[in-house]
Amino acid sequence: MKRLLTIIAAVLALAMLAAPAMAKDWKTVRVGTEGAYPPFNRVDENGQLQGFDIDIANALCKEMGVQCDFVVQDWDGLIPGLLAKKYDCIIASMSMTPERKQRVDFTDKYYQTPAKFVAAKGSNFEISKAGLKGKIVGVQGGTTHENFVTDKFGDVVDIKPYKTLDEACSDLAIGRVDLVLGDSVAFVEFLGSPDGKGYGFTGPGYTDVAYFGEGIGIAVRKENPELTEMLSKAIAAIRADGTYKTINAKYFDFDIYGD
Amino acid sequence: MFGLGGYETLLLEGAWLTIMVGLMSMCLAIFFGLAGALAKLSTAWPVRALAEVYTTLLRGVPELVLILLIYYGFPTLIQDIGSAMGLEFIIDFNPFIAGTCTIGIIYGAFTTEVFRGAYMAVPKGQIEAARAAGMNRALTFRRVTLPQMWRFALPGLGNVWMVLIKATALISVIQLPELMRNADIASRSTRKPFTAFFLASCIYLAITLVSMLVQKRAEAWANRGIRRA
Amino acid sequence: MFDLIAKSLPRLCDGTVVTIWLTVLSVSIGLCMAVPMSLALVAKNRMVRWPVTAFTFYFRGTPLLVQIFLIYFGSGQFRAVLDGAGLWLFFRDAYFCAVLALALNHAGYAAEILRGGIMGVAHGEIEAARACGMSGAKLYRRIIMPIAFRLAWPAYTNEVVFMLQATSLVSIVTVMDLTGQARSIASRTYAIYEMYVTAAIFYLVLVYVLLYCFRRVEKRISAHLHARATPVATA
Repeated sequence: MKRLLTIIAAVLALAMLAAPAMAKDWKTVRVGTEGAYPPFNRVDENGQLQGFDIDIANALCKEMGVQCDFVVQDWDGLIPGLLAKKYDCIIASMSMTPERKQRVDFTDKYYQTPAKFVAAKGSNFEISKAGLKGKIVGVQGGTTHENFVTDKFGDVVDIKPYKTLDEACSDLAIGRVDLVLGDSVAFVEFLGSPDGKGYGFTGPGYTDVAYFGEGIGIAVRKENPELTEMLSKAIAAIRADGTYKTINAKYFDFDIYGD
Repeated sequence: MFGLGGYETLLLEGAWLTIMVGLMSMCLAIFFGLAGALAKLSTAWPVRALAEVYTTLLRGVPELVLILLIYYGFPTLIQDIGSAMGLEFIIDFNPFIAGTCTIGIIYGAFTTEVFRGAYMAVPKGQIEAARAAGMNRALTFRRVTLPQMWRFALPGLGNVWMVLIKATALISVIQLPELMRNADIASRSTRKPFTAFFLASCIYLAITLVSMLVQKRAEAWANRGIRRA
Repeated sequence: MFDLIAKSLPRLCDGTVVTIWLTVLSVSIGLCMAVPMSLALVAKNRMVRWPVTAFTFYFRGTPLLVQIFLIYFGSGQFRAVLDGAGLWLFFRDAYFCAVLALALNHAGYAAEILRGGIMGVAHGEIEAARACGMSGAKLYRRIIMPIAFRLAWPAYTNEVVFMLQATSLVSIVTVMDLTGQARSIASRTYAIYEMYVTAAIFYLVLVYVLLYCFRRVEKRISAHLHARATPVATA
């Protein structure tokens, strides 16, 4: 019994010796990102992170005068990882939905794009409960798109959640799923690739605030409002001084900020 | 060279990490196994009950669920306890440590049973003789029981190792760049999933083959001097 | 917290049904394949023995996750070939791929376990049967296989329990079993603890039910080996 208590005490003592908090003076900000969502964030052949989100993150850190450290995390572990303090913010094209706002705080938006369905060209699916009956829809698991399809069409379609949007598109190309719902801009790389040649957008663009939130923002833990402030100010700053426009032009030929 | 367009080295790097994780978690599992076996044989019933819960829980729940629970849940738990006590700190388990600890703890439950069986296989006469010679319980265990336990434990430990080294593939879900995850990355980049995973399985087979040979050698060594029936 | 769990129960139960079916299908198909394979493993003819040994070596020597990925994603790489053979319709379905991978894996382990059982049959029994004139198929059907099953039963029980837990891996290839449902709900509501702990409890219940059934069968088939409490009176 005594030995057991000694062991418990030792474990707690060890836990307290763990790194002290990167508290209120932010010199380094750890950024969590997915690394598997081109063109916004991806890992290249040399293991380096590239993408729109990464460039924005670097610009914001430069603006705030802090150092950015990136941490790669699978999509459905991003918010749990933030809450478990593995990093301090999430810059990974995350939509600011009411559901998420219950767990984390968001900064102002840094872009906004609609969600769209992609299917084989000429398939002419009617995007309604009747038209999609019995079809198989692929989505990235844990995303607003999965929630949307589950709620709107869940009782008539077979939903397949994948680890990444890329995997869903691969299965679309080999015919395992009939449609995929995702961010309209994230599909561009697939549609431009040889695998995506016979595929195109179908149906309207979706922007329901209830599902897709008020745009894409940066998630921060609720107990760090000063970081949220800093990031929102930095977003406004890079929009004002043209840095945002430069990064935007590097990836897209339209204004991704939306209105 | 094998048709994977330069990603072969990535697979080998992953294999190295897999072996490292396997060895470290095996050591952890042996440690937990010895502790658990001693607990199960203890005279204090709370200790026995705790060990019983440990082995039942960790063998009855799928490893995937356990890995997810421990990787996300454990740091959050410690940090929540910390903030409740007014201390604000960050625990950052990198995936290597998280994965190794998780696999070590899970397979500690299996090695507990192996060591328990090995303990009961040591002839009671040996322990009696040691006590008669005046050794106390700790000394008896250290000089007499434990050395003989290894002989009986080796086959069981070998089996646990075989299962453990394959379980390391599950750590890929928490982003450790071991063999499975690298094969996944390679398959996505080269768009040749069959080739990538087939090569990965060949590497696993090589590891299995080497392990089997090592186990044969180890058992021969442990059984030296024992006359076969 | 509890009302979240209550609200998720229908989905979790759906997932549990999928898990149970996956286990039943893969175990039965695997066992059917394992019986002839175990006979092949003890055959004298090398040409019969070696292919099966290679099969069990592969399926026991590589992680189940790799096997599942190989069949599910790998079949995509060979879609043209499979289309030509008319098999693509099957490999297109994630459920089929999952059951195939699980069944093959189970067959590999079960064949080895049964082989251990066959080799453990007391030679005296075989001699006695031969003395009675039994040989070949009859010898196997009447004497060797029943005893082999009894000897292999405890180890086989372990293997079936492992299969039940292994089904959790199919959630990674889009099959919505218990783990898949738990993950899906957890990522939507961020209730990580609640969902995974609930799933863990479901699995524990399933494992205990399985163990109970298998232990009862074990008691039944080895009833004649248990010592009687009181000696039977001989008239």
